[in-house]
Amino acid sequence: MTRIFLAVLMLLAAMRVAVAQETPLQAILQEHAAIITKSSRTTIKPAIAAVAGSGLDRAPEVLQAWQSKDMWQRESDGLFFRAEKLDGQTYRLIDFDTGEPAGEVSKKELSQIKPNSGIRALIAVALVQFQLSDPDPARRLDALVSLDRDPNPEALAPLRASIDGEPDPALLAKKHRLERLLTIAYDSDEAARVAAIDEMSTDLGVDVRATLNPLVATRIEIFEGEIPGTANVARRLTPGKDGFDRTAAYTMLVDKGFAAPRLDPDKVREVLTAHIDGGRVGDVPVSRLDTMPARAEAYATLVAAGLAEPRATEEEIDIRLASYQFAEIYAETSAAVTTAANAALGRIATRVGVYQAADLTLDALSLASIYFLAAIGLAITFGVMGVINMAHGEFIMMGAYTGFVVQQVIPNHTASILVAIPLAFAVTFAAGVAMERLVIRWLYSRPLETLLATFGISIALQQLAKNIFGTQARPLTAPGWLDGALALNDVVSISYIRIAIFVLALIFLGVFLFIMKRTRLGLETRAVTQNRRMAASMGINPDRVNMLTFGLGSGIAGIAGVAIGLFAKVTSELGSDYIVQSFMTVVVGGVGNIWGTLAGAAMIGFFQKGVEWLNPSNTLAAQTYMIVFIILFIQFRPRGIVALKGRAAEA
Amino acid sequence: MSTLLEVSGVSVSFDGFKAINNLSFQIGKAELRAIIGPNGAGKTTFMDIVTGKTRPDEGRILWGGKNRSLLAMSEARIAREGIGRKFQKPTVFEDQTVRENLLMALKNDRGPLAVLFYRPSAADLQRVVDLAEEIGLQDHLARKSGELSHGQKQWLEIGMLLAQEPRLLLVDEPAAGMTPEEREHTTALLVEAARTRAVVVVEHDMEFVRRLDCRVTVLHEGSVLAEGSLDHVTANQKVIDVYLGR
Amino acid sequence: MLDAAKDPSSGHGYLDGLGAEPTTGRRGDAPKPLIVRNPSILVFLTALALFTLTVTVLSEAVGPGLISTSFVKTLGKTLCLCLVAIAMDLVWGYCGILSLGHFAFFGLGGYMIGMWLMYERTRDIVATAMAEAPIPPTDAEIVDAIGTQIFGVVGSSEFPLVWAFADSLAIQLALVVLVPGVLALVFGWLAFRSRVTGVYLSILTQAMTLALALYLFQNDSGLRGNNGLSGLQNLPGVAAPQSVVSLWFFWASAAALGLGYLLAAWLVSGKFGSVIRGIRDNEARVRFLGYSVEGYKLFIFAVTAMIAGIAGALYYPQAGIINPAEIAPIASIYLAVWVAIGGRGRLYGAVIGAAFVSLVSSWFTGGQAPDLPLGFYTVKWVDWWLIVLGLSFVLVTLFAPRGIGGLVDLWTERRAPDRHGADLGPDPGALREQEATE
Repeated sequence: MTRIFLAVLMLLAAMRVAVAQETPLQAILQEHAAIITKSSRTTIKPAIAAVAGSGLDRAPEVLQAWQSKDMWQRESDGLFFRAEKLDGQTYRLIDFDTGEPAGEVSKKELSQIKPNSGIRALIAVALVQFQLSDPDPARRLDALVSLDRDPNPEALAPLRASIDGEPDPALLAKKHRLERLLTIAYDSDEAARVAAIDEMSTDLGVDVRATLNPLVATRIEIFEGEIPGTANVARRLTPGKDGFDRTAAYTMLVDKGFAAPRLDPDKVREVLTAHIDGGRVGDVPVSRLDTMPARAEAYATLVAAGLAEPRATEEEIDIRLASYQFAEIYAETSAAVTTAANAALGRIATRVGVYQAADLTLDALSLASIYFLAAIGLAITFGVMGVINMAHGEFIMMGAYTGFVVQQVIPNHTASILVAIPLAFAVTFAAGVAMERLVIRWLYSRPLETLLATFGISIALQQLAKNIFGTQARPLTAPGWLDGALALNDVVSISYIRIAIFVLALIFLGVFLFIMKRTRLGLETRAVTQNRRMAASMGINPDRVNMLTFGLGSGIAGIAGVAIGLFAKVTSELGSDYIVQSFMTVVVGGVGNIWGTLAGAAMIGFFQKGVEWLNPSNTLAAQTYMIVFIILFIQFRPRGIVALKGRAAEA
Repeated sequence: MSTLLEVSGVSVSFDGFKAINNLSFQIGKAELRAIIGPNGAGKTTFMDIVTGKTRPDEGRILWGGKNRSLLAMSEARIAREGIGRKFQKPTVFEDQTVRENLLMALKNDRGPLAVLFYRPSAADLQRVVDLAEEIGLQDHLARKSGELSHGQKQWLEIGMLLAQEPRLLLVDEPAAGMTPEEREHTTALLVEAARTRAVVVVEHDMEFVRRLDCRVTVLHEGSVLAEGSLDHVTANQKVIDVYLGR
Repeated sequence: MLDAAKDPSSGHGYLDGLGAEPTTGRRGDAPKPLIVRNPSILVFLTALALFTLTVTVLSEAVGPGLISTSFVKTLGKTLCLCLVAIAMDLVWGYCGILSLGHFAFFGLGGYMIGMWLMYERTRDIVATAMAEAPIPPTDAEIVDAIGTQIFGVVGSSEFPLVWAFADSLAIQLALVVLVPGVLALVFGWLAFRSRVTGVYLSILTQAMTLALALYLFQNDSGLRGNNGLSGLQNLPGVAAPQSVVSLWFFWASAAALGLGYLLAAWLVSGKFGSVIRGIRDNEARVRFLGYSVEGYKLFIFAVTAMIAGIAGALYYPQAGIINPAEIAPIASIYLAVWVAIGGRGRLYGAVIGAAFVSLVSSWFTGGQAPDLPLGFYTVKWVDWWLIVLGLSFVLVTLFAPRGIGGLVDLWTERRAPDRHGADLGPDPGALREQEATE
């Protein structure tokens, strides 16, 4: 009997083993069946860990099915299956361990496991380790991205394990980097963390700083008596010193319940108001309560009568503050790690500073290019011809609107820009020539009146643009290949459109120099500039030269308008936004010299960016300071950076 | 004869071009002097330097009996010190009457507040009338100076200079564009003025210089080439080469 | 022929009393009083007085109300604009400095008085509100509450330093003159001593205006950023209705304009006027006459800035609100436009220009002007007025450099002087034309 019993027992045991051997996943699931069906985020972890940690090939499939709500329990025997819907009521069951179909059943015999979003997130984390070694590189990349976004300690071991077998060098580098970051954040070995921190301290990535910063985060804690040795102290604080406000310190004590509130004026008024009795509070008439001493007196009488809580006096505050220790405590307990992290952050900050300076230089360069573009036409009309053209900004605007109109006709952005640039030049060239012929040539001897007449044209053109195009901003879209930015690293980047504008500025400079030095027009222009009467007697027609020069300056303004319109909104006020800066550029640079204009634009661009860097929140202030600076600069170089001297300057 | 103005070792250059090169020059308290020289000799720049319009790169300019330096003074200060200048082109205030022009030039306190509360005294008005007679404009006191003829404007400007009561008068080509009769009158004015003060006349016209009958300084390439009577300098071979010979 | 030809810019020569005929040997009589020498002053003051009387009689507060309170305010504001135009004419028409910054001084004057008005009015409101509290407020509580009221819009409740004297009318009134005056002195000293002239100076003044406007646009400028100051039409502690208050301001504006005109006429009539016109026409010549040109320019620049400040201090209480947009450079350019259209270099020209253009502008842009149907297109003046203004300005500059005031010359049948190629208008560059034609 005993033998039979034993035999049955052994048989049963053997069967169990067999079941466990043949269907290990089902066994694990059965083991945790209770918590799986309960489906609560707080208790589910062991079940997920057991599946994920089983080391079985099909474990990720279970997790995926679970996560995607494809895991069902057969009500008859409580076994778990993946189920595929065949039609409305029938499901095909698939065995987890074999991956083979295990029959088709009606929906009524099944109950679905519905993990909530919290559980699904946990499953996703568990899945990452499998995906990290997935044969499909795209899925490995997905896993890395998700891990980077949402790092967790559990992933560290599988991540390390997956590094060795990684065939793709790019993914390998990513994995290695992520492993270092996770080591810094989660490794249990202090030495390994410090080593990882040191290794990453030359990396400028935002993720490195995001990993290091929590390590050095502190909070202020209050200790009665000595600070325990286990605390990783960043620094001790003395109320009233080191930027640690006495009031704030006391408020912390009050918040913790360690001290009584102080005599807060609002609270006092509240209490006094509550105890007005027949026009008096305590013994003090209400009408007298319009000074703080009177209120304090009334409050004291209330306290004496037991009607109000006593309040802390200054002496009591000092005593309370003295009896507690305040310190900034690192959340991270390891002092070695916090020290290394601080040192690493310091090194990174230095490098970031250097690169930020480089980035700022690029920014300033592109701003200078914009000013140069806006001012170069003005430099021609103002510098070469001595004519001040207040409508210059409106020529820029006309160029931008020309670009907008062209884009309405030609939808292809690249083609439309290529058409818009010469067209803008033609339109503004014509407008400039017309203006020169009709107005400016009558006023050559009267510069101030030229200023005012061109201002009249400026307001008329602005209003005309408003009447035609409306007041709303019109888009001038850059071609697709100008989208995006060239990023050298996480700190230094420059958008392609700004590079394009920089290149355009260089081209303008080249074209201008070519026209002035190598063409007949340039020669005649220089001749007329230097000595009008002499030039006229040499057979040069000054009228024609003036007309063409003015047209050229206006045409360049039109092209600048297309360029500016690409990154600024095209409105009728576009030009007036740039006109003062353009004048400043020409004045600071020195009249009558293209290199002066270049220097002026560079100086104004760099100065403005510099001020913005010192006071990043306030671009208005930057412009204010820039103008004040220019006014002062004129003191030292009244004729600009590149000044003409001698008789030429007197003209 | 004591020295009123002493310019020594003065140089100035514009963009590398030496307009004045180690120039030295002296003039006494009551002396008429003509400066001649070809175009670009530095005549106008010399006047610019003395009147403070251009600052020299090196050298010194001493003024008056006390030998004060003019280099630290503003143009207006130099003018108040007693150096008057007449420009090549007649520059009078064309929108204002002859009388207003002369009154503005009269030697009086030149501060804004003093001018604001200024009322012309009888003596001032008489002085204006006297000056007008001297320059032959007594009948034109109430006319806009813009209506005057070219020669009359030149005289008015000389009259304004005299009204300033300067100790040194710098006159740039006073006879340019004048009729022969006007020239004669101008010569007389300058010779008369030089009795009591120093007068420096910059002139192209040899005939006019000869009439002035005074010491002549020849400038060439920014420095003094020769000095002496007109006959003396015109006999100088160097002068003939660079100026008269052409 | 020897008659003193009446040039518009000299206007009222201080020697006009002397010798309209040859004066050989004639001893200098003392010049006659200012007003006798300049009949236009009397004409102007009489017209201004009659105008003030008419408006008063027809106003809502006194008479039948033919002139509404809001129109009284418009007229009062126009008088202030005339006053600042006179300042502009002094500095530009007479001294040749095309300042594109005088509207900034005008705005500063408005801000200075606005601070007091807003502070006191808010204090009234706060005190009234707090009087209902069971316990009377302390002084500190009142100040805190005022601060919260005024600076709540810019996310602050602290009084900035510039408001230190906002509770004192006397000090703020002094600041109306001092702030523009000192700013003009500092800026002018910097600009004039480095011999910045002509269009350079214009651009520099424009830059100053822009810098000031941008500064005021910041929320932490202490003057409520782009919200500006508001509620200025209420006189603190005065219970009189707006119809009466508006009349008071109208009278004050008229008085200020009258006094400003007299002051300006006096400034330009004497030898001082002679010197500044000389500076306008040939700065270097004046300098070689021994006058310190910089001192004169600085004087006229600062004095006109103060006049502009006073005009602004009277204008904005009638407008009710001031914000940094008022100071934008374009406002100062418009000021130059008014003076040019009215006629530079004559004081009544500035007044005519400012009154005419600003009133016509507000008529056209206010939507009162009837549309002009052209059959194929209907001209809406709100949209087209600026174009007309801009183009008419070009036309005035080209064909009528003397502006509307030039009509007076025709009417008085005075012979225009034969200027022998002299400039067409007061403009330092004018001499170049002569050179060019030589």
